[in-house]
Amino acid sequence: MRIGVLALQGGFIEHIQMLRSLQVNSFEIRKKEDLRTAMDGLILPGGESTVIGKLLKDLKLFDPLKEQIQNGLPTFGTCAGMILLARKITGTDTTYFGAIDIEVKRNAYGRQLGSFFTEAPFKGIGSIPMTFIRAPYIERAAPEVEILSEVDNRLVAARQGNILVTSYHPELTTDNRIHRYFIEQVK
Amino acid sequence: MQTEITKQQYELNKNLAQMLKGGVIMDVSTPEQARIAEDAGAAAVMALERIPADIRAAGGVSRMSDPQMIRGIQKAVSIPVMAKVRIGHFVEAQILEAIEIDYIDESEVLSPADDKFHIDKSQFKVPFVCGAKNLGEALRRIAEGASMIRTKGEPGTGDVIQAVRHMRAMTSEIRRIQNLKEDELYYAAKELQVPYELLRSVHENGKLPVVNFAAGGVATPADAALMMQLGAEGVFVGSGIFKSGNPAKRAQAIVKAVTNFSDPAVLAEISADLGEAMVGINESEIQLLMAERGI
Repeated sequence: MRIGVLALQGGFIEHIQMLRSLQVNSFEIRKKEDLRTAMDGLILPGGESTVIGKLLKDLKLFDPLKEQIQNGLPTFGTCAGMILLARKITGTDTTYFGAIDIEVKRNAYGRQLGSFFTEAPFKGIGSIPMTFIRAPYIERAAPEVEILSEVDNRLVAARQGNILVTSYHPELTTDNRIHRYFIEQVK
Repeated sequence: MQTEITKQQYELNKNLAQMLKGGVIMDVSTPEQARIAEDAGAAAVMALERIPADIRAAGGVSRMSDPQMIRGIQKAVSIPVMAKVRIGHFVEAQILEAIEIDYIDESEVLSPADDKFHIDKSQFKVPFVCGAKNLGEALRRIAEGASMIRTKGEPGTGDVIQAVRHMRAMTSEIRRIQNLKEDELYYAAKELQVPYELLRSVHENGKLPVVNFAAGGVATPADAALMMQLGAEGVFVGSGIFKSGNPAKRAQAIVKAVTNFSDPAVLAEISADLGEAMVGINESEIQLLMAERGI
């Protein structure tokens, strides 16, 4: 198994380290040529969604990745990655992959002083540590979307088909159960 | 409990810096410039009334920017907004915290307010980035509570030589510390004037315990890629963008250079036809060495 990790900007190394802790091979995607390597799953990391979204298009990665995602490639987005995968982003007409039927609100908890850490349940796994950094949350989700975590009545993790998203950063903790959950979907 | 919360906040602040990695943080002085920077792919902006090149030209005492100007920039963009305070000026920092700045740069670019003490950054919820020329300075700033480090470089010159010198000094000292025997670490900590625990973490991990960016004198995509290849985790660009002929184009090129820093073919393509770079001042022509402030 080989997982591609989008490495344009943000916390991609942390995802690669998580995968390594699960003995899963991964490679960085920085330019079109990197897509010559076949992948079984894709991770879109945290970072700034405006930066990653722009670089995806400028570096001509957007269309080929969108095609693979639409064709069922298991894809996991954290924070900015969730924004890139959402069907709608609150307050703007800009969208990126539009692969999961959710509307997300960017910087939903405010600026850095609103960033927080908590522990809350993830469906089927139990309580896990969650790090929210200038995080988005899910404002609305279609009925077909399975909600996996809620914190203070906000939807913060979800799944639909091949797409898994979290508002928080499991890759910033030492708990690799969410990555293991994703790898199970890839298998 | 208080300390537990403080520890957690510090982790969150280090985490934000982790999310900025592989990105470019750009100096901006107006909401329009902030929007140009965001559209070009800046991971964050540094709001300041005068960019370093103009501070250098104007002379006089340089202070924290007007909060109203910073608020204007916070309203204009959705990416993190940083701002600078004078070294040791903890009240300027309190003011920036009150307007919910995302990161404070306790910066040698401004006139120092204290020639002995840096801000006790552990007393703040808001994160701090500080400049460092070498490992000792970096670990002292981290001990005071900085959750991100950058090279000092020489701001406002468009000359990358000092940033290179600082990054090389840092990485070579880190390699030296890694190779020390356990019992030699105590003496090294004394020599470097840093806490033993922090030095031990460098010995074990081969890197600083926080994210380390390059700053000062970066003017071209090649400069940015040079700093990345030397080990920077991201880049601050100050005067280099808005003192150049075509800021939007140059900004985009520098963003791409930081992502594909080790690919000469990509670098060749994005370095082409950028218009005039900032004029720059050579190291030997500088009257004021900002990097000597706050050690």
